[in-house]
Amino acid sequence: MRYALCGAVAAALALTAIGTASAKTLVYCSEGSPEGFDPAPYTAGTTFDASSKPVYNRLVEFERGTTKVIPGLAESWTVSDDGLEYTFKLRPGVKFHTTDFFTPTRDFNADDVIFSFERQMDKDSPWYQYTPGISWEYFNAMSMPDLIKDIVKVDDMTVKFVLTRPEAPMMANLAMDFASIMSKEYADKLAADGHKEMLNQQPVGTGPFQFVAYQKDAVIRYHANPDYWGGKQPIDDLIFAITTDASVRQQKLLAGECQVMPFPNPADIASLKSNANLTVMEQEGLNIGYFGYNTQQPPFDKREVRKALNMAINKQAILEAVYQGSGRIAINPIPPTMWSYNKSIKDDPYDPATAKKMLDEAGVHDLKMKIWAMPVQRPYNPNARRMAELIQADFAKVGVTAEIVSYEWGEYLKLSKDVKRDGAVLLGWTGDNGDPDNFLAVLLGCDAVGGSNRAQWCNKEFDDLVQKAKVTSDVEERTKLYEQAQVVFKREAPWATIAHSVVFMPMSKKVQNYKMDPLGSHRFDGVDIAQ
Amino acid sequence: MFAFLLKRVAYLLPTFFGITIVAFGFIRILPGDPVLLMAGERGLSPERHAQLMQQLGFDQPIWAQYLTYLGNLLQGDLSTSIVTKRPVLSEFLTLFPATVELSLCAILIAVMIGVPAGVLAAMRRGSLLDQAMMGTALVGYSMPIFWWGLLLIIFFSGMLQWTPVSGRISLIYFFPQVTGFMLIDSLLSGQKGAFGSAVSHLILPAIVLGTIPLAVIARQTRSAMLEVLGEDYIRTARAKGLSPFRVVGLHALRNALIPVVTTIGLQVGVLLAGAILTETIFSWPGIGKWMVDSIFRRDYPAVQGGLLMIAGLVMVVNLLVDLLYGLINPRIRHV
Repeated sequence: MRYALCGAVAAALALTAIGTASAKTLVYCSEGSPEGFDPAPYTAGTTFDASSKPVYNRLVEFERGTTKVIPGLAESWTVSDDGLEYTFKLRPGVKFHTTDFFTPTRDFNADDVIFSFERQMDKDSPWYQYTPGISWEYFNAMSMPDLIKDIVKVDDMTVKFVLTRPEAPMMANLAMDFASIMSKEYADKLAADGHKEMLNQQPVGTGPFQFVAYQKDAVIRYHANPDYWGGKQPIDDLIFAITTDASVRQQKLLAGECQVMPFPNPADIASLKSNANLTVMEQEGLNIGYFGYNTQQPPFDKREVRKALNMAINKQAILEAVYQGSGRIAINPIPPTMWSYNKSIKDDPYDPATAKKMLDEAGVHDLKMKIWAMPVQRPYNPNARRMAELIQADFAKVGVTAEIVSYEWGEYLKLSKDVKRDGAVLLGWTGDNGDPDNFLAVLLGCDAVGGSNRAQWCNKEFDDLVQKAKVTSDVEERTKLYEQAQVVFKREAPWATIAHSVVFMPMSKKVQNYKMDPLGSHRFDGVDIAQ
Repeated sequence: MFAFLLKRVAYLLPTFFGITIVAFGFIRILPGDPVLLMAGERGLSPERHAQLMQQLGFDQPIWAQYLTYLGNLLQGDLSTSIVTKRPVLSEFLTLFPATVELSLCAILIAVMIGVPAGVLAAMRRGSLLDQAMMGTALVGYSMPIFWWGLLLIIFFSGMLQWTPVSGRISLIYFFPQVTGFMLIDSLLSGQKGAFGSAVSHLILPAIVLGTIPLAVIARQTRSAMLEVLGEDYIRTARAKGLSPFRVVGLHALRNALIPVVTTIGLQVGVLLAGAILTETIFSWPGIGKWMVDSIFRRDYPAVQGGLLMIAGLVMVVNLLVDLLYGLINPRIRHV
């Protein structure tokens, strides 16, 4: 406690000294509190917005506003012909933050890279369990422990990742938040002081902003990193004012208490757009809301039945009632903003009469089924209960009697994975890294049956295409393979693809050069504010 | 008096033990587990799930987990939050002053307005004033806190711009949290305008949180006063020619206050429950909001630690109320 208090006093004094007259401050009304400031143990976007995005860098980064992977702390890289070795040349002269609680004595080097990954993969590392109950969920979820065989320090400024198998999405994985690069020197100091847990409370990185103070559940303060390798930020101070309620965030924005707010209420979009002092940016989210049949249970094991049911669903009505204008009809299992999206595929038409006929031809009469409605609100499905009711009504028109069921969220996620599950589930997915593999293999691959493949769908033709794309490094070739895979998906219809949500970002007109992130994060590097 | 105090404290021990069971069991009754929720749509393999449950100690039989919890508790250890990885006690103590500050201001508003309103209504029984005040109290009591809070924000902060929308102090002020009480810390900081900013941020949330207790106290005061005003000794006091102020203030109110003090004590629980919504609306970083977040995340240690601390607090306040009776009415000490 005394440690934190001393830091806060010093930070306050420092900020008072810095915060003279014309400092440019941007206040962001964030939607929640970060779980911690070490991004690797967590999976929530709110935590990443407050930790990895402002404070840290990765070897490679997603270009602002796109999912393109660009150099970060690695200036360049080469991939061996067999796709098993990735060698990174590190950027020289990169400085870690100098703060009130840490003064670095050396620049960033290979030791920091090795430390940042080793702590997540080496069970014998003293940092593997540096605070009680810690685990490295994203690192595990992206199969890194199986994939990374070794990380070798070639020299101070060169690092080599040795893989167990070729993995085309590897570069996108390394741009993810869990791959943020920490300071080994800072970690060593904390270990020597007996305060390892502070790594998760007082972060030190190389990122565009340096951490100043966090008042739990209220305010996070950052100051622009004066030594940032990408150049100093246009703003001097960045403040996150934690405001969990969307209506209150909106009032704060209107009152000028903050300049940017995420996640407005869909019903308020129109009034926000009509406000002369505000800009409302919008972008299709990198997500999909779907209705997944259990393709291993009759009669949903028949393609014709799934197709017929898809044609019975009035997606336009769902879009209006559930998304209230903040959605687009989904045709493919990946969003249109993602590379390799197959534009030539046409959606199944809404045609109840033909659907009924198709069901009759398939020998399905008086079908009774369950519709699983999620108990929580998600961007890809803002109101699953309402959506389920609309689908129930649509199915009634073609003679299908549907019963809506729901469970507590944890139970829902668990039970819906069961291969013997009774009924079709409403669920969705938000992309992690902008790679099509992160949708197609994770949600529809044979390996994911009984897991995240809720349709329990294993189609050899589809799976071969996706697996081949995974080990192919040529992007054009991968694109073709994924386009073909989407054709197979549409033909086989394991899901009814419902919608991709549209994400809105209201902000003051004074905010300049903000770019919406297709991956859903909120970044303030490069953002300016007019005074 | 000392024996009375000892007796009351002795009653608290089994109650506290019961609360440990409730606090421990409550969060575990809810379906779903923290590991599943942490993984979300991404999911995780049964092996990984089992591994994480073991790592967190949730694979043990419930009784074993409870004994570990109780053992730690006796050593003053409320365990570590599985989400933030910080000690639960430290999290609680960081946030608790904000809730206390808000609750004290709310109860202050409720008492300062509720008691005089109840007395006035009783004195003017059946009048338009009485009906208006009791009608308002009923509306206040029935008001959904969430709606009421938003309404005040839209009107006073949005339209009139008299008060800030949310938070504890303007973001231009930044000083270390010495006591955790913003009113005190802002004064200690010596920064010009900080105290005023802290007060202005406190007004709306305190009104919202104080509304229901205010209504309850006003109604309770009125009915207690009506009962007392009908007593013989009040008639005697009036017959003696005492001023209405002395009759009401000295003779009637003091006796009427006993049930009112009970009511005020009971409002502590109401305040803590109300704080959950009030803190959410006004982005007030207190324990109410923290508890809700912890429940949603199935953060077992945080929920059981928080519940225990809150229940302990309510027990202590009730004990103080019991002791306060003794001061108001000496006869109660000997019961």
